[in-house]
Formats: sequence, structure tokens, C-alpha cells
Amino acid sequence: MPLFEVFVRPRRGLQHQHAGSLRAEDAELALQYAREIYTRRREGVSLWVVRSSDITASQEDDAPAFFDPADDKPYRDATYYALPKEVKGL
Amino acid sequence: MSLLEAVVGLGDDALVLGQRLSEWCGKSPWLEEDLAMANTALDFLGRARLLYGYAEALGGCDEDAYAFQRDARDFTNLLIYELPCADFASACARQFLVDAFDALHLERLSESADAELAGIAAKAHKEALYHHRRSVAWLVRLGDGTAESRCRMQKALADVWGYHAELFAPVEAEADLIAKGVLPDRAALRPQWLAAVTATLDEATLAPPGADGRIDGGRQGQHTEHLSPMLAEMQHLHRSHPGARW
Repeated sequence: MPLFEVFVRPRRGLQHQHAGSLRAEDAELALQYAREIYTRRREGVSLWVVRSSDITASQEDDAPAFFDPADDKPYRDATYYALPKEVKGL
Repeated sequence: MSLLEAVVGLGDDALVLGQRLSEWCGKSPWLEEDLAMANTALDFLGRARLLYGYAEALGGCDEDAYAFQRDARDFTNLLIYELPCADFASACARQFLVDAFDALHLERLSESADAELAGIAAKAHKEALYHHRRSVAWLVRLGDGTAESRCRMQKALADVWGYHAELFAPVEAEADLIAKGVLPDRAALRPQWLAAVTATLDEATLAPPGADGRIDGGRQGQHTEHLSPMLAEMQHLHRSHPGARW
């Protein structure tokens, strides 16, 4: 049976978050099982299920090229910049 | 029939079906379905507890006494709920018929003149709508599935079909409560139920089972031979250790 990844939106206004995975014959059954397994303790208000094979994932080997270059670019963080005195209420 | 008897009858329906569903715990086709079955069983057990709790408030006994200290003759559930499941298809076939009934019946019961009963029914109705969605999906999946799943589902439907009439059979003793608006008139729900069921059977490419049959007596405590063995298993622990708590 195909593997599905389950995403749960905990509350309105929050984004869906990965909750786990399950096996099901198709998407409708996967959605029902996601309800049974991942929302039975009031964890969510919305569900997505996605076939795991439809996810394109970065690989371990990609990590140096993908993520290391961000390490020395602190100017991409808002905290890098001093706040002008004139700016109020930020 | 008193309100108390009516509430106990509905509680018995829920408890007996909950027990039958819980028999699948650890035996479902795969893990996810096992959890789904157990969740559904717990929904019915929860419904039974609410109804028995109300029965106690109406002057009845406590919930454990209703569940564990009565013999088959004292249970007043409709017969369709007590039937054993020969295979997964038979569990799905019965569930499909009763979920379709619940979706209609509980909606009407939630408008009961009795506020407590109406509240319990409103809560249960939300669960029933989900149960119905689940059982429709299984009916279509197995009916319009492989040659074997289709054959098993067709046989399972034929086996359970004769018991559906009791869901709608007027019970003389209920007439007074129906007149007072406490209970819905179950007989009046049948055309709508049949239309919904037939539409799903079509979608599942299953032939509607033949003759209606007419098997009833559950509300009068007249049961099939299947209820006593089920109760023996369900009640064994409580009867062996009366009053035990953990």
C-alpha cells in the first residue's frame, strides 16, 4: 500500500504542519485514516494528505551546497540591522 | 413504553454494536483500519454510556448494571446490531445499513421534545455523519473492487438485509412517545433511507438484495442465538469479579 504524509493544521490561522505518515490504498482512505490517527485528541481543524512518492526531497549530499552558504550571511536576518531611533512601535 | 425504557433500548443498540465493532480490535486488515474500527467502536460505547447515564437519572440502574448484569432476554437492542461478523465485508455491510439509518434517525431524535435525549442525539449525529462517510467508502471499495471482494460484499448484504426492516418497524409501545414528539417515527424514515442506500449500492455496482424479510422482536427482548455468546464474553470479567475497580 502507498505511503502518505499527513499534515495537520492545529488551529485556524496557523499553517499545516507535518504530523507523520500512514499507509492507505488511496487519498480518500488516507484522509479518513489521518482523521482517525492524528486528530482524535483534538489536534487539528484541517488535514492534508500527500503521497510520499510525490514529495521531492533534498538529499543528505545536497546539504553542504544547499545550506552551508547561508551560514555567513547575517545581513539576511532582520536583527542584523540597528533600528533607527525615529522608528516607533516596531 | 416509558421514556426510561426507550432510552435503555437506544443505549442497548449502541452498546451491542460497539461490542461487535470492538471484536475487530487487533484483527482488522491493517493497522490504520484497526485504529479506525476501534475509534468507531468507542464512539458507540460512548453513546451507550451517555444513554445509560440518562437512564440512571430517570430512575434506572447504573451503567455497569445495564451493561454487565443483564441477560440477553433483558436487552432490548434491535437485532441488526447483535449479528456476528463472518468476515470484514459483513462488518462493513451491517455498518453501512445502520450508519445510513443513524444519519437520518439521530437528526430527527436531536429535535426530540425531551431536551436531554435531543442533546445526546445531536452529539451522536455528528459522529454518525462521519461513520456514514466511512462505511459508504468501504461499500463502494469492496463492491466495485475485485471479484472476491464483490462476491463477499454481495453475500454479506444478502445476509444482513432481512434485519433492516426492524429499524423501521413500528413498535406499538413506542406510539405514545412518538405522539408526544419524544421519539421520531422510525417508519417514516424508510423511503429516504432506501433512496440513500440504493444510490450507494448503485455506485458500488452491487445488486439490491431481494426480498425484504421481516425479522424483529429485539425491542421486546426476543433475540437471535448470537446475543448470549457475545454477552458471555463481554460480561465475563465483571461477573467473575463483581464490583472490581481499577
